[in-house]
Amino acid sequence: MSSRVSLFRNGGGFRVKYLLFVPLLFMTVFYLVPLYVMLVTGFKSFEEVSLQTMWNLPRGIHFDNYFAAFEKLLPHLKNSFSMVVPAAIISSIVGSINGFVLSRWRFPGSQIIFPLLLFGMFIPYQSILIPLVVFMRNIGLAGSIPGLVLVHVIYGIPITTLTFYGYYMTVPKELVEAARIDGAALLGTYRHIFLPISAPAFVVVLIWQFTSAWNDFLFAVSLTGSVNWPVTVALQNMAGSQIIAWNVQMAGSLLAALPTLLVYVLLGRYFLRGLMAGALKG
Amino acid sequence: MSNRKDNLLGFALVLPSIVAVGIFVYGFIAWSVRVSFSQWKGLTPDYTFVGLKNYLGLFQDPRFLIDVRNTVIFTLVFVLGSLLLGLGLAILLDQRLPGEAFFRSLFLFPMAISFIVTGVVWRWMMNPAAGDRISGFNLIFAQLRLDFLISQWHLTPNWGIAAIALAAIWQMSGYTMALYLGGLRSISEELREAARVDGASELQIYWRIILPLLWPVTLSAVIILGHISLKVFDLIIAVAGKQLPLDVPAIYMWQTTFDGLFYGRGASIGILLLVSVAALIIPYLYYSLRSEREI
Repeated sequence: MSSRVSLFRNGGGFRVKYLLFVPLLFMTVFYLVPLYVMLVTGFKSFEEVSLQTMWNLPRGIHFDNYFAAFEKLLPHLKNSFSMVVPAAIISSIVGSINGFVLSRWRFPGSQIIFPLLLFGMFIPYQSILIPLVVFMRNIGLAGSIPGLVLVHVIYGIPITTLTFYGYYMTVPKELVEAARIDGAALLGTYRHIFLPISAPAFVVVLIWQFTSAWNDFLFAVSLTGSVNWPVTVALQNMAGSQIIAWNVQMAGSLLAALPTLLVYVLLGRYFLRGLMAGALKG
Repeated sequence: MSNRKDNLLGFALVLPSIVAVGIFVYGFIAWSVRVSFSQWKGLTPDYTFVGLKNYLGLFQDPRFLIDVRNTVIFTLVFVLGSLLLGLGLAILLDQRLPGEAFFRSLFLFPMAISFIVTGVVWRWMMNPAAGDRISGFNLIFAQLRLDFLISQWHLTPNWGIAAIALAAIWQMSGYTMALYLGGLRSISEELREAARVDGASELQIYWRIILPLLWPVTLSAVIILGHISLKVFDLIIAVAGKQLPLDVPAIYMWQTTFDGLFYGRGASIGILLLVSVAALIIPYLYYSLRSEREI
């Protein structure tokens, strides 16, 4: 049945086609190398660690490096979690409500909102950083975790709104009309029709906001002091210092990457969908 | 009627977000522009108007010229590298090989990691130490007798930034692959079949038919990768710290503002970044929003 194009279809069928695994496996190695370095270095004992043997497998499984990194990073991992979880939840609620209203009700000027939101998604944050820092200082939120949550929620509005908007635009008009005939007003339509089918969009947006807030460095380094540093800033600081050995840095990198990696492994399909939504909205 | 009430309620629900984006994005941009035209230097704000002085100063500033050069090199290597690798991988995965889903996820996972983690790991893999202290990629090259590949990596004079672009390619090429794969999958089989009936070879089909059809994907990818490249900040700091030969506008902006307290100059770098991203994004948004309406 399937006569899918294959570059090598005419060239001799099966065996030639399987040669394609050579570049694929080569690229697999390329993508896995940094992960390999983080893992094997982390599992080596302190005595065993040396830059000259960085590619060798560990002789036994030790957790010294992970313990050392964990001890250093624990408060910052906590900071990251206490910043990222509320940021992701609030962002997705805000995005859902915005997306719903914009997808169903037109008001004067609603057309201008989309290009303005889209552009807001792409701006380099360096162009708003000075006012942001001054403003956060003035309202007393600079340096705090709630301040960082607020920043992620606000700068997340464009992408969360547009993702939900795109999703809600696929809801059949008949469904909405039926609800209106039944007498459901705006909030009723949202609660009884839109909210119950929103789970996929919520997952996409939650994952997206979770990863981008977790991985953020610029806002964190500009708006928090060392006590409230999220893990990205703490890791960078650890890596920049001369005192902390590189093997502990490797273990720390893995710890800092683990939450988003887990989200990716467990919910990768949705993650991809979120990326596509973010990218192709334009 | 209730419709009118609904309209008011709807407006009230989105108003906070509109106000927030209005202030935090557009209001702050305007505020930054004002700072960039001021002589503000030091801890207390000083909005005395100095016109284009900060901008003109940048174009004679050797550090900023290094930044521009580095941004150009980084962008070229990163964008071209990610496009070529992404397209190559997408074509490979489009051949319906077993294990496709596995490879697709594998090539994409670096996207989930922060630039800081990527940078910290790549810094050690790109260790330029020589002799007895050789390690990282250089060690592998030496053991494989590929000594000509041994490199100073990011410490290479003038071109060091290209080595950091390699780490960025590692992180973003899988994503580019996913964009292209989506594009390839949307090209109908009939089209390929028709070309085949006309006697086109498989390579010709890719070159003459499929690649031109992927042009919109390429355009999106260039926009997305290009704007990441203009803003690059954390990756470079994580690989190399803040050193002059590897400086970029985002790092200069941060240092001159928050370490040096030259707010006026910092704001002008921020606005120049905004203008360059806008030059990339606005035509694209205009084009795609218009064509959406035509459909």
